[in-house]
Amino acid sequence: MSTVGEAWAYLTTWENWTGANGITTPTFDGGWRFAQDSIIALTLEHIWMSFAAVAIAVAFALPVGVLLGHIRKGGGATVVISNVSRAMPTLALLTLFAASAIGFGNRAVILAAAIFAFPPILTNAFTGMSGVDPDIREAALGQGLTRFQVATRVELPLAVPLIAAGLRTATVQTVATVPLAALVAGGGLGVIINRGLATQRYGEVLAGAVLVAALALATDAVMARLQRAATPAPLREAATAAA
Amino acid sequence: MDAPENPWFSLDYLQRNTEEVVDQLAIHATLTLQALAIAFLIAFPLAVIARRIPRLSGPIMGISGILYTIPSFALFGLLAPFTGIGRTTVLIGLVAYALLVLVRNIVVGLEGVDRDVTDAARGLGYTPTRLLFQVELPLALPSIIAGLRIAAVTTVALVTVGVVVGYGGLGQLMFRGLQSDYRAQIMTATLLCLALALVLDLLLALAGRLAMPWQRRRVAA
Repeated sequence: MSTVGEAWAYLTTWENWTGANGITTPTFDGGWRFAQDSIIALTLEHIWMSFAAVAIAVAFALPVGVLLGHIRKGGGATVVISNVSRAMPTLALLTLFAASAIGFGNRAVILAAAIFAFPPILTNAFTGMSGVDPDIREAALGQGLTRFQVATRVELPLAVPLIAAGLRTATVQTVATVPLAALVAGGGLGVIINRGLATQRYGEVLAGAVLVAALALATDAVMARLQRAATPAPLREAATAAA
Repeated sequence: MDAPENPWFSLDYLQRNTEEVVDQLAIHATLTLQALAIAFLIAFPLAVIARRIPRLSGPIMGISGILYTIPSFALFGLLAPFTGIGRTTVLIGLVAYALLVLVRNIVVGLEGVDRDVTDAARGLGYTPTRLLFQVELPLALPSIIAGLRIAAVTTVALVTVGVVVGYGGLGQLMFRGLQSDYRAQIMTATLLCLALALVLDLLLALAGRLAMPWQRRRVAA
């Protein structure tokens, strides 16, 4: 059978979606983990890992970016951070983690993905906040708003389109990074590709790749819609140009 | 019982494995340069077409955008069954990723050329080809160089994912270091990766400065 035919057969076999023993498997310590032989479970695990990574990155990057953007300092530092993160291979961070005390598995992958999701959120929050027209700031201050009110009620709403664009970049990138987890004994859809390569069942490799690609494109479409919804109509053109 | 020593930095590792490290570094560097060159040769005509025929600009940007969104791990997986395990697969993947950044930056650069300048050149009797290469291209260079620098740095990082198909340059060392829990091997490969990205970035910046002497004068003035 051809590779494409094998991939089709893999994807159209219901047991491959549900797994032989359901979506979860018990672990030795009494807990549970996602079954690694079920496409549904691996997809859920993939989404969960991506969500956790982005949530961690948002929790740290958003306040810092908003604060730095408000006081308009640290622009150089954000540029350096995003440049270095671009040069740092994800695999390097994963293998460094695995060889250190952080260890293998999903937790290490979530941490690594969060580190890579940090720069786009930080940079866009900073650019969005610091790019607000100084006249608008002054007008708000002149009307008697405190600095905190200026930041939260004037600058932040105007920065939302760029922040949403950063969130989209970070999320799509994270969904694309999580498959590497398979190389360091983690879960997610990368497992299917890695297993197929290891067992030379290239139909499965193809099927896994299609699933990962579909998830990434779907995530991008959803995030694009969210980004659009978060952007007021008059600002839409500017936001597209900046993204 | 004492655990065996497993330092992060080891000159001993480097001395014992110089040959292998240099080999993988060379593979990494040549793969990056080759991918950049091919990507540029594809991106440039695409950008010119996208600019000349606005109707095609949507599909061109859309397709390169989709290629960019597909995770590298998946793309290598998609290609492996057809192009096999090895250099070709990694190269195609790298070219696909560099494409979007390059096309976008070339288009932005060409769009930024002052209309008055192109009108003047056309009035002087420049043919479209001569206009492109002697007027528009030089004026678009800052944006093109910026795109090349971004593409170079991301490509260096992406090569490592090639381990999936057994051809990841320095990523190969990282992965083997992971399997044998050899910290010095992982750290050496990581630092060399970062250094390679930095060197390529600086070289491209330098090439840009040499190719655009007029920019230097403007900064000095």
